[in-house]
Amino acid sequence: MAKTLFDKVWDAHVVKQLEGNIDVLYIDRHLIHEVTSPQAFAELENRNLPLFRKDQMVATPDHNVPTENQHLPIKDALSKHQVDTLIENCEKFNVELYGLGHPFQGIVHVIGPELGVTLPGRTMVCGDSHTSTHGAFGAIAFGIGTSQVAQVMASQCLLQTRPKTMRITVNGELPTGVLAKDIILYIIAQLTAAGGTGYFVEYAGSAIESLSMEARMTICNMSIEMGARGGMIAPDQTTFDYIEGREFAPQGEEFEKAVAYWKTLKTDEGASFDKEYTYEAADIAPMITYGTNPGMGIKISGNVPDKLGEGSQDSFRKSLDYMGFNPGESLLGKEVNWVFIGSCTNSRIEDLRIVADYVKGKRKADGVNAMIVPGSKQVEKQAIAEGLDKVLTEAGFVLREPGCSACLGMNEDKVPAGEYCVSTSNRNFEGRQGPGARTLLASPLVAAITAVEGKIVDISKHLN
Amino acid sequence: MEKFSRIVSTAVPLPNEDVDTDQIIPARFLKATSREGFGDNLFRDWRYNNDNTAKADFVLNNPTYSGQVLVAGRNFGCGSSREHAAWALFDYGFRVVVSSFFADIFKGNALGNGLLPVQVSDEYLAALIAAVKADPETEVTVELQAQTISFNGNEASFEVNAYKKECMLNGYDDIDYLVSIKDEIEAFEASAITI
Ligand code: SF4
Repeated sequence: MAKTLFDKVWDAHVVKQLEGNIDVLYIDRHLIHEVTSPQAFAELENRNLPLFRKDQMVATPDHNVPTENQHLPIKDALSKHQVDTLIENCEKFNVELYGLGHPFQGIVHVIGPELGVTLPGRTMVCGDSHTSTHGAFGAIAFGIGTSQVAQVMASQCLLQTRPKTMRITVNGELPTGVLAKDIILYIIAQLTAAGGTGYFVEYAGSAIESLSMEARMTICNMSIEMGARGGMIAPDQTTFDYIEGREFAPQGEEFEKAVAYWKTLKTDEGASFDKEYTYEAADIAPMITYGTNPGMGIKISGNVPDKLGEGSQDSFRKSLDYMGFNPGESLLGKEVNWVFIGSCTNSRIEDLRIVADYVKGKRKADGVNAMIVPGSKQVEKQAIAEGLDKVLTEAGFVLREPGCSACLGMNEDKVPAGEYCVSTSNRNFEGRQGPGARTLLASPLVAAITAVEGKIVDISKHLN
Repeated sequence: MEKFSRIVSTAVPLPNEDVDTDQIIPARFLKATSREGFGDNLFRDWRYNNDNTAKADFVLNNPTYSGQVLVAGRNFGCGSSREHAAWALFDYGFRVVVSSFFADIFKGNALGNGLLPVQVSDEYLAALIAAVKADPETEVTVELQAQTISFNGNEASFEVNAYKKECMLNGYDDIDYLVSIKDEIEAFEASAITI
C-alpha cells in the first residue's frame, strides 16, 4: 500500500499497539533543557527508576541563560538554580550536557541539527513544543510534557495515538524578499492557530524543495503555531549535503548506507492524506502579525482585518486592544522601538547573513534597540569568522551570546510594557516577550529593515 | 496521579478563545524545579496588576464564581508544551476543563495529571456558559465512566480515549505501564533500524 513519509517513519517505530488506538512509539533521540526536565528527573528518582538509554539523550541549557557575560555566574537566583539543577542531574544520571561555555551549547532546536543528532527517519522528542523544527530532516519530531519526558527517560517510549496526516504543497518560485518565515506565516494565517490540530503536516512542492535546510527548519518550527503536532519535509540531496560531516552524523560507509535508506523516505505516489492544501508561491508576500496569536498575520502592506473570520469578535477586539491597533488600519508607518532577531525559528547562520547583508553600510534608526541573538555557540563562531559581528556592530546592532532570550523573556532580555517589537521568533502571545510587550512576528529581512527605518515599511521599496 | 470518577460542582466561565499556555502560566513562573505551587500564578497577568493587586474584572477574582470546573472558549491550551499549565489548573483546584476544542499537547498533559478535558459542541458550550452566567450556582456533573456531562438536565456525551480513561479512573500513569514492558522494548531495539 502506498504510504506517506509520516507513515513510513511512524510505522518503523511502533513497538506494539494497544487497545483504544494507542501505539507504543519508540523514541530515537531525546533532547532536554533546564525548564521542563527537573520534575522528570525527580520523578525517576522518586520511583527509583534508572535512565533507560542515556546515550540517546542530549542536554543543554537555553531558556534561562543570560545572553551577556555567560562566563559569569547567572545573576537571577531562580534561573541559576534551574541551570544548576540540570548540571547536577546530568552528572548524576551521566547524560551528555553542553553547558554554558561549551562550544556546542545553544538553543536545543538549533544544536540538534547542527550536531547531526537530528537525522532523517528518526523519532525525536523534547519537552518543548518547537521540537517540530527537526521535522525539516524527515524526522518525526514533536514536543511533549514533563510527565512524558520522564516516560522517555524511563523507557525510551511514549504512548501515542496516531495523528491524522495533512499535506501542504507550495508550488512555484518565491517573489523577491519573501523568505521561509513568510511562507509559514502565510500558511498559518490561512489555516488559523488551530487549523492543524490533530494533524502531522508534510510540506511539499517545488517552493519547499528549493529551500535550504535552515529555511526548511523555520517552516517546520512553526507547525505547532497552527496546532499541528509536527511538520516534516522529505529528505533530499539538500538534506544529505547538510548532514554530511557533522559531529554525530554517520561517517564514511555508514553515511552512504544511511543515505540509501533516507532516499526511501518520501511519500509514495498515490498515498493519501486526511487533508490537503495547495498554495502558489507567487501569492505569498512579506508578512507581519498584528494580533496575539501567530494566525493573526497579514501581508506587510495589507490592512488589519475588520473582523475575524468565524471566531468570537470579543477575543479579536481584546487582541487588538492589547496591540493598540484598530480594525481595518494599515501598519505601515507604525513606529517600532525594539527589534529581536533570534529564537529557534530564525537564529541560524543564514538568518544572520540575511540581516548583515541588508544592514551592511547602514545604521539602525535612533531609538531602536536591535538585539541579535545567535542560536548556538557554533552559529556565533561562524558569524564571527565571517565578520558578520563587525557589520552588525557598525550598524548599531548588539550581537549577544546564544540562548532563547527575548523569545520568551525568561532571562533579562525583555521588551518593556506597551512597546512594539518586530521579532523573528514564533509567538506573539500576550506578555510573551515580557508583561505588556507587543510582538509583531516577521522574517529576519523585515526585522532588519524595520531596525534601519525605525518603523514598519513596505519592504519591497527597500530591497538592496 | 489522583483518581477521577465523578465531579459535581459549580463552574467558572472563561469564554475567551485561543487561551494559550503563556496566559495560563507565564514563562517567568516556570523556574521552579518541583511541581507544586503553580496555582498561585495561574493566569497571573490576567489575574493581577503589576503591583500584585487583583484585577477586579477577571473571573477568578470574582467571588460570584467558584468550583472545580473551568468552562473555556474554543482552542483552549494552545501554544507551548509546558505541562506547568495543567499543573497550575490542577493546583488551583480545577479538575475539569470544558471547551469546544482543545490544543493537542495540552489535552495530553491534562489527562496525564488528573485534569479531565471535556470537549463539547460549540452550541453546548454556549448554553453552559449562558447558564453559569445566569445562575452561578448552576451545578455541572461530569461522569467519567459514562462519559457524560450535564447541567440543568441538559446532558451531552464526550469522547475520551479508552486507555486514558482507565488510567484516570484508576490513577495510573503511563510510566508504570511502559516500565512493565521493558523486555518488549528491548526486543524492539534489537530488531529496529538503527541509524
Ligand atoms: S527560542 Fe523560543 S520557542 Fe524556541 S525553544 Fe527557546 S523559548 Fe522555545
